[in-house]
Amino acid sequence: MNTTRRTVLKSATASGVLAGLIAAGALRPTQVLAADWNKAAFEAHDVAGALKGLGAGASADSKDLMLRVPDIAENGAVVPVDVVSNIPNTSSISILVEKNPFPLSATFEFTNGALPEVSARLKLSQTSMVKAVAKADGKFYTAQKEVKVTVGGCGG
Amino acid sequence: MSSMNRREFLQMLAAASVAGAALDSRPLLAAGNADALYDLPKFGNVHFMHFTDCHAQLLPIWFREPSVNLGIGTALGQAPHLVGEHLLKAFNIKPGTREAHAFTYLDFVQAAKTYGKVGGFAHLATLVKRLRAQRPGALLLDGGDTWQGSATALWSKGQDMVDACKLLGVDMMSGHWEFTLGDKRVQEIVVKDLKGRIEFLAQNIKTTDFGDPVFPPYAMREMNGVQVAVIGQAFPYTPIANPRYMMADWTFGIQDENMQKMVDEVRAKGAKVVVVLSHNGMDVDLKMATRVTGIDAILGGHTHDGVPQPVTVKNAGGQTLVTNAGSNGKFLAVLDFDVRGGKVQDFRYKLLPIFSNLLPADAEMAGYIDKVRAPHKAKLEEKLAVTEGLLYRRGNFNGSWDQLILDAIMEVKGADIGFSPGFRWGTTLLPGSAITFEHLMDQTAITYPYSTLNEMKGERVKEILEDIADNLYNPDPYYQQGGDMVRVGGMNYTCDPNAKAGSRISDMRLHDKPMAADKTYKVAGWAPVDPSATGEPVWDVVGRWLKDKKTVSTRKVNVPKLIGMKGNPGIA
Repeated sequence: MNTTRRTVLKSATASGVLAGLIAAGALRPTQVLAADWNKAAFEAHDVAGALKGLGAGASADSKDLMLRVPDIAENGAVVPVDVVSNIPNTSSISILVEKNPFPLSATFEFTNGALPEVSARLKLSQTSMVKAVAKADGKFYTAQKEVKVTVGGCGG
Repeated sequence: MSSMNRREFLQMLAAASVAGAALDSRPLLAAGNADALYDLPKFGNVHFMHFTDCHAQLLPIWFREPSVNLGIGTALGQAPHLVGEHLLKAFNIKPGTREAHAFTYLDFVQAAKTYGKVGGFAHLATLVKRLRAQRPGALLLDGGDTWQGSATALWSKGQDMVDACKLLGVDMMSGHWEFTLGDKRVQEIVVKDLKGRIEFLAQNIKTTDFGDPVFPPYAMREMNGVQVAVIGQAFPYTPIANPRYMMADWTFGIQDENMQKMVDEVRAKGAKVVVVLSHNGMDVDLKMATRVTGIDAILGGHTHDGVPQPVTVKNAGGQTLVTNAGSNGKFLAVLDFDVRGGKVQDFRYKLLPIFSNLLPADAEMAGYIDKVRAPHKAKLEEKLAVTEGLLYRRGNFNGSWDQLILDAIMEVKGADIGFSPGFRWGTTLLPGSAITFEHLMDQTAITYPYSTLNEMKGERVKEILEDIADNLYNPDPYYQQGGDMVRVGGMNYTCDPNAKAGSRISDMRLHDKPMAADKTYKVAGWAPVDPSATGEPVWDVVGRWLKDKKTVSTRKVNVPKLIGMKGNPGIA
């Protein structure tokens, strides 16, 4: 298990790691000047624009792409999102939050057979659909689920 | 039947004839069925006793079941969303009987006088002992919401209930309000008090950092030669419904993937009977039963539904029974399985109401309760006022107890609008009763009791109402939290439970005038989940108001106008 995790970390490209940091709020996109920074996708204001930026115009829902998010967020500021792709030759996984001002939160790229399994903490501004997009052999696959962000209180 | 009961019975007959009431069969049945009610023949070889959501009620109380418990979407007209006659009809219970009184609000005041109080740990203990004697090896399961709900539980940080449960012989428990004592206190109780006596189980609580389990997910026992497993499921939305800072290092959620893993694990270890002790709430349990396979029964709580019979849910692996066992110590459920050839062949289930005058108090438990209360007796019994009307809480939109709290906090704080949380615990008082400090605490005893006064724009008021309405009426149970709607004083509104999130609330009015989105209103409330909130404890605010009034007239219960609920069997 540890070996696998190390492989993932070693093999994920710089853009993936940095995207994670942006999602966590540690870096602003302008601080990231990697050559392969996908400006069009990350700065899109809607899901359609972000998908276009990723080159994922056409995509299909896949049961082999697992998206694990809470039904109701315990804290909208740090929502745990896990994505696992069982699609052969998965080369990237992106996570989008439909209602966020910039829906594309992170893109992770996998090389050298790294396990396509990512875990991130995302901020949700409000109740929103969360979407995972995996790329494999040039094709795009999606999975999505609604995460509710609520004022809380009053239960029980 | 004890002589005391006979005397009460005769008094009832006398009262009925003096009042000129038609002498129906009810009082006769009340007396005649006393022993028959609890004479439950043993069935099979695996036995569970289950109570849940007793909310620290050590003494007998009254508890009025709801007259509004709406089901929408696929829950429409299905248990537990049946009230009054609809519930009686669905479960084939004869109207006007002791059982009809236990399960419904019908003719509540008169029936409560006829049949007396319900619950009480000393009476529960007597029944548990009787059942245990008949059913060797039976496990006693407590679904949680046990360490909160009374003055003595609050003042002893749950200790009075922990010791009462040990004395009662609880074998396993899960939790929800327990966590509002703070994660450290819960850990302390588990380590110091429960160790070797009561297993605290929760498959769905992990640490926020590394995702390590906080409690054992399940426990296994051999019962009469059969391996059985009990998996714990704590309330999935504790950090949302209650202040998150109280359990900041733990994460909850429904986690049905992990539930499936646990079921498979205990089956692999040889469990022939798998039971989930759940604090999900019944709607969530019903959905979980369609998704997770291999569970024989989900013994549920949280939503305080007294459901006379289990709902059988079919799923890919066979079927799962889903139950809910009411609240406030009013019921004890008995589930018997006949396990032969490594398989459950058949079952029997009974949700027994605890009528305290039919079950003599267990001397040891009664003595313990007296001892716990003795140092606080004067404070608990302090008389604050007399109520002219019936005071109750339970119901989707409001109850007269919450109306009283709303009236008090709005008047004391000079607010336009009052909000009182949609808690489902809280006992009932009959008309003409004294309201003691203890009764007030039965409605308010929480660890974040601050009363608040905030200025809010009309827009924000709507947002809050919409948000809470979605927690109650989202058509997908996994997005529900299981409380009732926030109680609202001062203003009126219209609610369409079938509408989409964000558009259920309309026609908000204050003193008959439409409210404005950008106008500021003064809103009084209590029980804020915000970590920075402070304020005078609500029981002091309401207590002062009660003492000032001396006699509280019957409250006019403010409820919203409903759209699309005509003919819904979840409303009286």
